[in-house]
Amino acid sequence: MVTEETSASAPKMCTRDVSVFYGEKKAVDTVSIDIPREFVTAFIGPSGCGKSTFLRALNRMNDTIASARVEGTIELDGEDIYRSKMDVVQLRARVGMVFQKPNPFPKSIFENIAYGPRIHGLAANKAELETIVEKSLRRAGLWDEVKDRLNDSGTALSGGQQQRLCIARAIAVQPEVILMDEPCSALDPIATAKIEELIDELRGRYAIVIVTHSMQQAARVSQRTAFFHLGRMVEYGHTSDIFTNPREERTKDYITGRYG
Amino acid sequence: MSETLAPTRTPAFEARLRKRYAAERRFKLAGLGAILFSVAVLVFLLGTMLINGAGGFQRATLKVPVDFTTVALTVPQGLDQAAAMRTLESQGLPEVVSFAAEQALGADGGAQIGADGWRIVAEQLAANPELLRGRHEFVLPASEDLASAFSGDGQAELQPLARRLAAEGKLSNDFDPGFLTRSDATDPQQVGIWGALKGSMLTMLVTLSLAFPIGVLAALYLEEYAPKNRWTDVIEVSINNLAAVPSIIFGLLGLAVFLWMFPNMRSAPLIGGMTLALMTMPVIVIAGRNAIKAVPPSIRDGAMALGASPIQVVFHHVLPLALPGILTGTIIGMARALGETAPLLMIGMRAFVATPPDGFTDPATVLPVQIFLWSDEIDRGFVERTSAAIIVLLLFLLLMNGVAIYLRNRFEKKW
Repeated sequence: MVTEETSASAPKMCTRDVSVFYGEKKAVDTVSIDIPREFVTAFIGPSGCGKSTFLRALNRMNDTIASARVEGTIELDGEDIYRSKMDVVQLRARVGMVFQKPNPFPKSIFENIAYGPRIHGLAANKAELETIVEKSLRRAGLWDEVKDRLNDSGTALSGGQQQRLCIARAIAVQPEVILMDEPCSALDPIATAKIEELIDELRGRYAIVIVTHSMQQAARVSQRTAFFHLGRMVEYGHTSDIFTNPREERTKDYITGRYG
Repeated sequence: MSETLAPTRTPAFEARLRKRYAAERRFKLAGLGAILFSVAVLVFLLGTMLINGAGGFQRATLKVPVDFTTVALTVPQGLDQAAAMRTLESQGLPEVVSFAAEQALGADGGAQIGADGWRIVAEQLAANPELLRGRHEFVLPASEDLASAFSGDGQAELQPLARRLAAEGKLSNDFDPGFLTRSDATDPQQVGIWGALKGSMLTMLVTLSLAFPIGVLAALYLEEYAPKNRWTDVIEVSINNLAAVPSIIFGLLGLAVFLWMFPNMRSAPLIGGMTLALMTMPVIVIAGRNAIKAVPPSIRDGAMALGASPIQVVFHHVLPLALPGILTGTIIGMARALGETAPLLMIGMRAFVATPPDGFTDPATVLPVQIFLWSDEIDRGFVERTSAAIIVLLLFLLLMNGVAIYLRNRFEKKW
């Protein structure tokens, strides 16, 4: 994945003064952030602070909301993703997303994974498609649990398995960035631990951005953390610094549980 | 001092609790009563139809043995049925048949063979010339007057004759398979439902193939692509109003527009189908929009986040998940269209059509209109025929809905 010489230093995604509006309301206010390609970046902050909205701006999922408007620039490998010539379909193939609530398609497990590669024509034949499905499921740590029932419905799996299925589905189209919007908030602690393990294994292969309510989770899985509050990014830095030695008073208050 | 009880253990609380349970029991009973009432009405309706209609599938027939050995009738080889029948007629078959009838049934009985009784004999002879070599008993429809006398009303002077022939075993009510293959006629002994049934099928085919695609596409466009502004609001209100417009207005529209465009297609299933499609479409649009709205946004998001284009999201995910709901709407719309009479009267589908339509542009009638026409007839024999036609209509409706429900269940998915 990481082949370019400069990759270790150049950020994967770069945002400059990004604001997102819902109608008149400013949900995200002038956020500038560099997302590294080799680490997991966590967005933390209290509910309604704009972190999910900002995340959805990174693969233009906000386009579906008629009243949403984005200002500023967001670059993926130096390309402005909001320029008029950018192809949204290609962008979303390059920047995958995992949602808060597991949302497998009401199709078989195999079809869930095969759907993305199929619409993008990533497999020339059935054998290649099967290889992609197996590889994606293995990478998501789900292969051993489902290999005997690939034709069962994806919705019949448990919540944690469904979420890993969704991660496998995102991996199957070989994205460069994976955005995760509170991927564990609907899961029990054991399933959560599995997902966190998985995120750790996927690190380095994909640039990962994770939005989370849980500060412990951010501390466990991420190397970079951004703290959002009331639509603004308050502080961004190494996760260890944010948690042990925050520069801002508000960050400290949130970390120590004074509000949130 | 008495010990203070917790508020949930006081007698007042327990009394209230009992009242709450009683209210629930009353509600359940009321619901059960409503269901039982509906079932009773349905059973009464179907029972009446079946009892009345069973007679409609029968007709009074006379048994007439004809001895061909005494007459010289021949069917030349290699003639088609119509030509063979013409040859037999010119050779005097009608006289042979009425003579045989008089022999078997007496002078008064012989007159009660319908005027076209010999045609049935001729058809059988054309199909099987071997019969000409001997004696054969033919089952011929009794005249309408004798049939009504046999069933207990009609002309008083024919009743003794009917009783005598029935006692001799020459007059009986037989199952009439021809009812399902013949078309409309003026004589209740000769009518059949096939013309109207075929007309209904052709009309429904036109309605479905117009209303379903147009309705689904309109619903998809309005839900997925149309901008939300004043114009789409106006369109939405208009469609909802259209679904509530009395059906006869659609008939007037069909008369004014479709028959003006195609003046030669009066009474044609094509025009009828187009008119009914106008009526069915809004129902499908409304049901379709609701079904599309009910597809969870998470499924759309999931597909979109994988890089599916909007049209792929619609056709791979939204439409398959919305299809059961759309089909439910289609069932309701089509069932209503099938039972519709008023708009079809306006475009001339109430004409007397004695031959089944061969295509979408032939004059035709449909089942409900046929029922309406027969119920208007004076002849006593039409009463049972009308009930029989209602049974055919109900069975057709049942079959149509059965197919739709089967399809809906096949597409139904859980998430």
